[in-house]
Amino acid sequence: MSEPIIQFVGVNKWYGRFHVLKDVDLEVAAGERIVICGPSGSGKSTLIRCINRLEDHQQGRIVVDGVELTEEVKSIERIRREVGMVFQQFNLFPHLTVLENVALAPAWVLRLPRDEAEARAIQQLTRVRIADQAMKHPGQLSGGQQQRVAIARALCMQPRIMLFDEPTSALDPEMVKEVLDVMLELAGQGMTMVVVTHEMGFARSVADRVVFMDEGRIVEQNPPREFFANPRNERTRDFLGKILPR
Amino acid sequence: MDPKASLPEPGAAREPPPAPAGPLSWIRRSLFSSVPSALATLLLAAALFRALPAAVGWLFTGAVWAPDYEACRRLEYRAACWGFVAEKHRLVLFGRYPWAEQWRPLVATLLVVAALAASAHPRCWRRWLLPAWAGVLAAFFLLVRGGALGLSYVEPGLWGGLPLTVLLTLVGVSASIPLGVVLALGRRSRLPVARGAAALYIEMARGVPLITVLFVASFLFPLLLPQGLRLDVLARVAIGITLFQAAYMAEVVRGGLQGLPKGQTEAAASLGLGWWQTQRRVVLPQALVLVIPSFVNSLLSTFMDTSLVTVVSMYDLTGALRLALGDPQWRNFFIEGYLFVGAVYFVCCLAMSRYSHWLERRLGRWARRPEASAA
Repeated sequence: MSEPIIQFVGVNKWYGRFHVLKDVDLEVAAGERIVICGPSGSGKSTLIRCINRLEDHQQGRIVVDGVELTEEVKSIERIRREVGMVFQQFNLFPHLTVLENVALAPAWVLRLPRDEAEARAIQQLTRVRIADQAMKHPGQLSGGQQQRVAIARALCMQPRIMLFDEPTSALDPEMVKEVLDVMLELAGQGMTMVVVTHEMGFARSVADRVVFMDEGRIVEQNPPREFFANPRNERTRDFLGKILPR
Repeated sequence: MDPKASLPEPGAAREPPPAPAGPLSWIRRSLFSSVPSALATLLLAAALFRALPAAVGWLFTGAVWAPDYEACRRLEYRAACWGFVAEKHRLVLFGRYPWAEQWRPLVATLLVVAALAASAHPRCWRRWLLPAWAGVLAAFFLLVRGGALGLSYVEPGLWGGLPLTVLLTLVGVSASIPLGVVLALGRRSRLPVARGAAALYIEMARGVPLITVLFVASFLFPLLLPQGLRLDVLARVAIGITLFQAAYMAEVVRGGLQGLPKGQTEAAASLGLGWWQTQRRVVLPQALVLVIPSFVNSLLSTFMDTSLVTVVSMYDLTGALRLALGDPQWRNFFIEGYLFVGAVYFVCCLAMSRYSHWLERRLGRWARRPEASAA
């Protein structure tokens, strides 16, 4: 196996005195698709937010794309250009149009000329099939549309890694599919993806590996077929029993 | 013809039932909806009926309009003597500014008002607006100060009345907003030194009354300046008001910054935007729109607070009125004088307040749309 693109070695993190991540070891290869699941409060969102250092860790090493995450601002900003993120609450910028949302980072982080940044934005909006709404403000769109714009916004920086933090959890049920379809396509194009989700159908059909977390630890990780058919850990079985239809 | 064509779709939208219309129904709903409401309406109507003729008589029909002192004296205060305003309006509006040259502050103020009106519309918020305003202010100073282009020099200590009020408000507010933004960002900074310095400044400035600041600016500040460097009293007072107001602006802006969800800065960070870019492109454009009402509040209070400059012998609108009332012949007509000045303040403030409502609605259009999904 080639050098992993994301590597966690003995990572520990505390919020105050609360121990959120406990001795986390994780390796993700380039092009791999990982789904992280687990009960709420198990630390899965914290884990994924450590990858682009929205959260810092207190012990252990995190190396992303060959760069170790430290306090150093330059390396953090470099990593963030390589890592796109999609949030549960979309977090679009409400004062900007859809097009401006997507073109913002290319224009100001990569310093592309305006027309070039916008051309790139249109390209990504087309990719998530929402280019026709480019001139609207996010507040005029449905939740599913907003989340697709958020995906386009992250893709516009041409990241090597995409992080998804419960991307469908804030959506009305009828909008979940349009977002998952976009994510499926992305997976088909060889993007490295780390996805926190409860959509087990997505995990089954897309993931190379499913990681199960509980109480800050990685309890079990396996390819989906193995993971769902043959969960080894008691807590995994318990969790799957609760969320899978019988 | 297709018989189905005329059938409404199942669940097709229909017009709402007509709302009750007409003045009678409005009166019934708004003024007589319940017994207490009807009683209040009747009482207020009776009071109005009694007071209105007297007020109209005092203010208008019985009033003396000409600057005729004898006619005013014969009224024996039974009606308003607008003659005072007619006689003294130039002193009230322009203070001690030399009589023959008062067209200069008039033109300068009209220029500023025109520039304000022109830049009120977001369509004019372009890059050229800042240099344009620099030009307008330069023209204002050139006209009022003189000393060039054949205009005689008028020292800033003599400037007064409405132009002084407008100038101090304009400079105070427009300089204190950027300063306040910097202070607010400093106070929320992760750098302890910046945070401490901003907090210290804000708390100190807010702990001192404006009148003290003006005294310091006027009397103490010149002593602290190095030899040979002189700032005229107007500049010192403007700086004092700006530094004072900046602390309040900072707290207003901080309120706006706190109103933004954390997800906004996280999304910006995840895209690789640096701290300054995040503030400039994502945080401030939203936070500043959120605090427009508080900005206008500060604007109005600065507009009024400028009247305190009389304590350092500058004569703004209210100060100039006091000058006018110094005339022993007219000094008893102070009610008319204050009503006049009050009307000037009221018109200005009403205009600013209405404008801010309009601006808030226009700029906040994106904010008022309901979130399409659970948020």
